[in-house]
Amino acid sequence: MESLESIVLAQPFFAGLEPDIAEMIAGCARNHVFEPDAYLFHEGEAAREFFLLREGDVSLEIHISGGTTIVLSTQHEGDVVGASWLIPPYRWNSDARARTRVRALGVDAECLRGKCEANPRTGYAMMKRFAPLLVRRLQAAQTQLLDVYGRADRP
Amino acid sequence: MSASGLPKTAAVLGPDGLQALIAALAARGMEVIGPVERDGAIVLDRIAGIADLPAGRTDRQEAGSYRLADRDDGALFGYAVGPQSWKRFLHRPVETLFRVRRIGQELAFEPPRETPPRTAFLGVRACELAAIAIQDRVLLGGAYVNTEYAARRAQTFLVAVNCGDPAATCFCTSHDTGPRAHSGYDVALTELLVDGRHEFLAEPGSDSGAALLAYLPTRPATAADWAAAAAVAARAAANMHRRMPSEGLKETLQAHPEHPRWEDVGQRCLACANCTMVCPTCFCTTIEDHSELDGLGAERVRRWDSCFAGDFSYVHGGAVRTQTRSRYRQWMTHKLAHWWDQYGTSGCVGCGRCIAWCPVGIDIAAEAAAFVESSKREEDAHGIA
Amino acid sequence: MTVSPYLPLPYRIIAVRQDTPDTATIDLQPVRAAIPEPAPGQFTMLYMLGVGEAPISVSGVPIEGAPLAQTLRGVGNVSKAIIRLQPGDEIGVRGPYGTTWPVAEADGHDVLFIAGGLGLAPLRPAIRHVLAHRDRYGRVAVLYGARTPADILYRDELVLWRRMLDVQVEVTVDRAQRAWHGAVGVVTELVSRAGFEPDRTLAMVCGPEVMMRFSVQALQGAGLPSERIYVSMERSMKCGTGLCGHCQFGAEFVCKQGAVMRYDRIASIFTVREI
Repeated sequence: MESLESIVLAQPFFAGLEPDIAEMIAGCARNHVFEPDAYLFHEGEAAREFFLLREGDVSLEIHISGGTTIVLSTQHEGDVVGASWLIPPYRWNSDARARTRVRALGVDAECLRGKCEANPRTGYAMMKRFAPLLVRRLQAAQTQLLDVYGRADRP
Repeated sequence: MSASGLPKTAAVLGPDGLQALIAALAARGMEVIGPVERDGAIVLDRIAGIADLPAGRTDRQEAGSYRLADRDDGALFGYAVGPQSWKRFLHRPVETLFRVRRIGQELAFEPPRETPPRTAFLGVRACELAAIAIQDRVLLGGAYVNTEYAARRAQTFLVAVNCGDPAATCFCTSHDTGPRAHSGYDVALTELLVDGRHEFLAEPGSDSGAALLAYLPTRPATAADWAAAAAVAARAAANMHRRMPSEGLKETLQAHPEHPRWEDVGQRCLACANCTMVCPTCFCTTIEDHSELDGLGAERVRRWDSCFAGDFSYVHGGAVRTQTRSRYRQWMTHKLAHWWDQYGTSGCVGCGRCIAWCPVGIDIAAEAAAFVESSKREEDAHGIA
Repeated sequence: MTVSPYLPLPYRIIAVRQDTPDTATIDLQPVRAAIPEPAPGQFTMLYMLGVGEAPISVSGVPIEGAPLAQTLRGVGNVSKAIIRLQPGDEIGVRGPYGTTWPVAEADGHDVLFIAGGLGLAPLRPAIRHVLAHRDRYGRVAVLYGARTPADILYRDELVLWRRMLDVQVEVTVDRAQRAWHGAVGVVTELVSRAGFEPDRTLAMVCGPEVMMRFSVQALQGAGLPSERIYVSMERSMKCGTGLCGHCQFGAEFVCKQGAVMRYDRIASIFTVREI
């Protein structure tokens, strides 16, 4: 069976991670399987874990009034789901639903935050990986907000 | 010119000779267009003889100002340029391209059949010959041709009159487009007012020009006549004080689309489009559908347009250039910079019309100088020099 | 007098297909003479009697018996009027004008098509060309972003391409409800997922200017050199022949040096506002 450490190192998100840090992260990680339509987390819940998708698709959703659920974005194999664990008050700001069967590596937030505090090198390795991700998400959100394709009735 | 400096065919004619020239053009079936005074300006219109010309009148032009005044020498061409250019007769302000009819579900396109009349332009300045040469490149030099312009241009006989009294707004010497005509005419005249005589030195520029001169009452040109004509050109050049910078202008304008000067000039500019209407090289047009009342037919009409117009750059969702500074930047950068890339020449001939007819007196030469100056300062500051 | 380049040829509409709520594709057949065969990326000027003309990109090239197809979104007076027409009605067509997608230059390369919204229409002839000559190209990916699932153009054809096994087709929408099972997110997110080799890839990008700006950034971020990125510009056009002056974009006429332009040639003005 694969070790958690080798699974961590196999994630594109953690590419180039030094082995001792990978080992540290593996110490906070566990494997998950989510069946289709299962929720990885719900909006408002405490963000105790973030997920690296090893297989399957996840959609980030927000339920609005009138029984409508809006899909904010979809995440796929190799993507990271969840950044709220980094920022107080550590609560999810959307639902995450498995659209297919999903295999994911879950990393315990409190555990990793503690290791980052204790070991700045680990903290910096995390920052280098999460900061571009957050900026990319922000840019994507901005682009969606621009509604660039418009519509004939709403230019 | 021959080695002796005297072209054999050059001739001198008096006012009666000029009258005969106009009559000869008319006799050859041409409509003769020349300068006439109307509504406080010297404009271009049909003339029957020299009595129609603005004798003893001149123009005083400054940034944002154009006034006519008397002169005491009785010159027939003693002005610089009026608000109109010859563009209006070649690249017309409004032109019907074709008609369309719907018969049942079918569409029938009917191009116009008439050939334009033969036309003679009398009093074309050197700067305007340069402008016509530029429009020839723009409208005839590409893969597609403005066919109406081509047809009119082929029917045009050009009588240039060298400039003797440029306006304060003129700067053709900066572009080497005047004050003396060097090519592109059928006949070039220089008005000579020396020792109480009123004559014209006439130089042919084409076979048909030479043929016309041979038919007129003239006397051969003497060395004194040539000297007098050279003096006219020299005096005109010496009296021109405005300068358009050339060194580094194209590069500076193209490299600085966000220069603060655009905002500065944009604050002054009214986006009225006067400059583009009076410019002898501005060529932009729009095409409109003029529907017939029964809804079954339409005319496709081409009309002068201006890059200062709000809807000029309209695409779905809005205009690309919403701000006046963007439109001024488009106009000036196109005219003085992009034109070189597109047509191998500047789009400016130094006629000064855009300066005189700008209601707020924006001076394109001064704006250009400001850009070049600031980029020089920038280079100095960076130690590039 | 030679014939005016502005004179259209009468074409008959033989079919109108409603692609999305605001967009339709018309199939056209010449009544008598036909315009020269358009190459992928070129556009025509379509004329509607009593309304006027609009530049419309060719979305289907008339080869092997296929009709000339043009896809219009009902946003302007001309396009609104034309998509309301019925088979049998006639419009005027002149052209084709403009540059072409670099399907020849792409020979031997991996090809990445990135389309946003209606931008799939001008790219379709290039995609069809590449797929019709599949052996000349390496990996082929079509990345397409639309506003919502209802705004997806040419659904049937996207499905057909996806079924071809040696073409990667990724579709994403900016917004969707739960009933949509495809990807949600901006089209630039697909660039990282396409996993191309920047050394041997050529990208053709078509869509709204903002979408192209972000796509170019994503491609450059992935290591694709500017000279192998092509975009299609949109500017006001009255003549299509370089004579009316409307479509100027810096020193370029979009109708002559465009609409398809190699990115490195316009990089210096691509993000300048109001140019």
